[in-house]
Amino acid sequence: MSQDLWNYLFIGLSFAVYIFIAVRSRAGSTQEFYVANQGVSPFANGMATAADWMSAATFISMAGTVAISGYDGGRFLMGWTGGYVLLTILMVPYLRKFGKATVPDFIGDRYYSNFARLVAVICAIFICLTYIMGQMRGVGVVFAQLFNIEIWAGVIIGGAIVFFYAALGGMKGITYTQVAQYCVMAFSYTLPTILIAMTLTGNVFPQLGLIGSTVGENSQPILEKLNNVNIELGFSEYTAGNMSKLNMFCITAALMAGTAGLPHVIVRFFTVKDVKAVRTSCCWTLAFIGVIYLTAPAVGAFARINLIDKLHNTAYSEAPAWFAKFEETKQMSWVDKNNDGKIQYFGPGKATEGSSGAVFAGKPDFDKEAPRGLHGQRVPTNEVDLTNPNELYFGTDIMVMANPYMGGLPKWVIGFLMAGCIAAALSTAAGLLLVLSTSISHDLMKKILKPDLTDRQEMGYARGASAVALLVAIYFGINPPSAFIAKTVAFAFGLAASSFFPTLLIGIFSKRMGSTGAIAGMIAGITFTLGYIIYFQFNLPLVGKGSPDQYLFGITPEGIGFVGMILNFVVAFVVNSFTADAPQEVQDMVERIHVPTGASEASDH
Amino acid sequence: MSDHDPLSYRRSSLRIVFSLLTIWFMASYVASILARDWLDANLPSIGHAPFGFWMSQQGSIIIFILLLIAYRFLMNRLDARHGLVDKD
Repeated sequence: MSQDLWNYLFIGLSFAVYIFIAVRSRAGSTQEFYVANQGVSPFANGMATAADWMSAATFISMAGTVAISGYDGGRFLMGWTGGYVLLTILMVPYLRKFGKATVPDFIGDRYYSNFARLVAVICAIFICLTYIMGQMRGVGVVFAQLFNIEIWAGVIIGGAIVFFYAALGGMKGITYTQVAQYCVMAFSYTLPTILIAMTLTGNVFPQLGLIGSTVGENSQPILEKLNNVNIELGFSEYTAGNMSKLNMFCITAALMAGTAGLPHVIVRFFTVKDVKAVRTSCCWTLAFIGVIYLTAPAVGAFARINLIDKLHNTAYSEAPAWFAKFEETKQMSWVDKNNDGKIQYFGPGKATEGSSGAVFAGKPDFDKEAPRGLHGQRVPTNEVDLTNPNELYFGTDIMVMANPYMGGLPKWVIGFLMAGCIAAALSTAAGLLLVLSTSISHDLMKKILKPDLTDRQEMGYARGASAVALLVAIYFGINPPSAFIAKTVAFAFGLAASSFFPTLLIGIFSKRMGSTGAIAGMIAGITFTLGYIIYFQFNLPLVGKGSPDQYLFGITPEGIGFVGMILNFVVAFVVNSFTADAPQEVQDMVERIHVPTGASEASDH
Repeated sequence: MSDHDPLSYRRSSLRIVFSLLTIWFMASYVASILARDWLDANLPSIGHAPFGFWMSQQGSIIIFILLLIAYRFLMNRLDARHGLVDKD
């Protein structure tokens, strides 16, 4: 059976399952659409949250980032799991007790102000849109690889599928679809890694393989081998990393606080019965997430060893067949700078001073009609950078998908992995789309603009809002503001860390914080963070684009959410000291959310 | 509900929260970032991985999962002691 057939078989099968579930459990009322009637078991919710949480960025991009940056990749590993500790200990049990359907709902009621609610809605829209862009990009990359089409076409196909079942099933449909998606993701991620770990290290567990040694005559520890190869090729040591401690600290902190402030994750815990079930559900969630996060560092290390083994100093004519495949989809590219017909891969250490070490400027692009190079390779139209000897370009996002090819695994494993990639992107995109549409239909339309909406009309708005949100996400999926999926997503965390996390935390633990202080903090936090990101990522008409030497204390835009978060706290408390405290009935309400019983009664809205 | 004292409940639950967060901070920020060079040099390697490197890629995640299990256990026990359990 050919590779394409295996791919279609696995993806077709998984889609059939998702659609079957979505149709079986489609939502009839807003209560079902928003929180699945609060009847989901902690175990199922744990799985669904894990699928919702682990996006295309985690699944496709994270291991690639670890492969390229070694120790530095730990910021994603820790940031995206450590946030659950904050989420569980500081946020969700209290928010569940409060018992509203959305995060802006809590902010609106706790700060007794529709303006606060509006600011929260706008923050939610910004966060979800930034995040969903990364997902659409991920879907595009997978479909492009799969059907040999351009990425933009892949993005559009993915968008259509997400719209179909997120808008149809609501939270209830999504939850049970996500349970199925988690299973596909977990198996398809770990299985190839286990097989590669066995051939490379002789260990069944990839985690033990990572700290173990290679098999064969010249047995040597995996990490030592990586360090040696990295140094030899002009990269920094794999276990040492490049990033400054402060920057690493800030990015990790921004990702953690962002995790605890992401509306689509928080809202998942509103679907279980009571506070006790929330605690149990959190344990399951992180355990399920851990299955993939503990495997990712092994994927990264193995992929790097295989990539260098298979490609470095190999003649193009003898390169494995998959190289040409990735070349066609512009995920890999080779420029024969020294005219020896061999592929060479070198790091910045081998380049002249000040060179980036990139083969050429930007991402590879070639003319399909143009004649091929001397060795049959595609010739990129990009301007070649001759200040360094590096000849090999590969996208970070391709590492996980290229891994089974590089490890020489059977075709069905690759087909299964493709299904997993798509499940990862679809599950997160669907969850985000749901929060986006609820923010507009419930928080904006029902609670602020038109309080007399019927249940049916509200659902109509929710579905309409999903369509609009998706179109915007598709546009940015085709024209992403950042090179890597993981980076685009990291910005969403910065925004969540600087807006929701501090505001929710103060709302739960400080009785006295009034609306003016909270609103001022929220606005200050998100404006600062958004401004910083836009200034350094986009080329603005008047001010231009910031250069890295202008970074505040050398903190990259990925980590600035941590500074934005501190700013939010400071502004909120300073402004509150000049303005009125929360009224008595709100203070009593805050007292009540600290008592864990009686959560189910409070859930009507 | 007779033995429920709101003030002591709040104090005990905050104590649980702060002690777990301290471990969380030590595992992620201190062991994996701030003090990792020292730990790499002075603590035994885990397999062939330097200690700080291993903490950042594997150890911290394992500790996070254990922290959540501990939180669930401690809070449920505290609730039970104060008689704060929903009747099903």
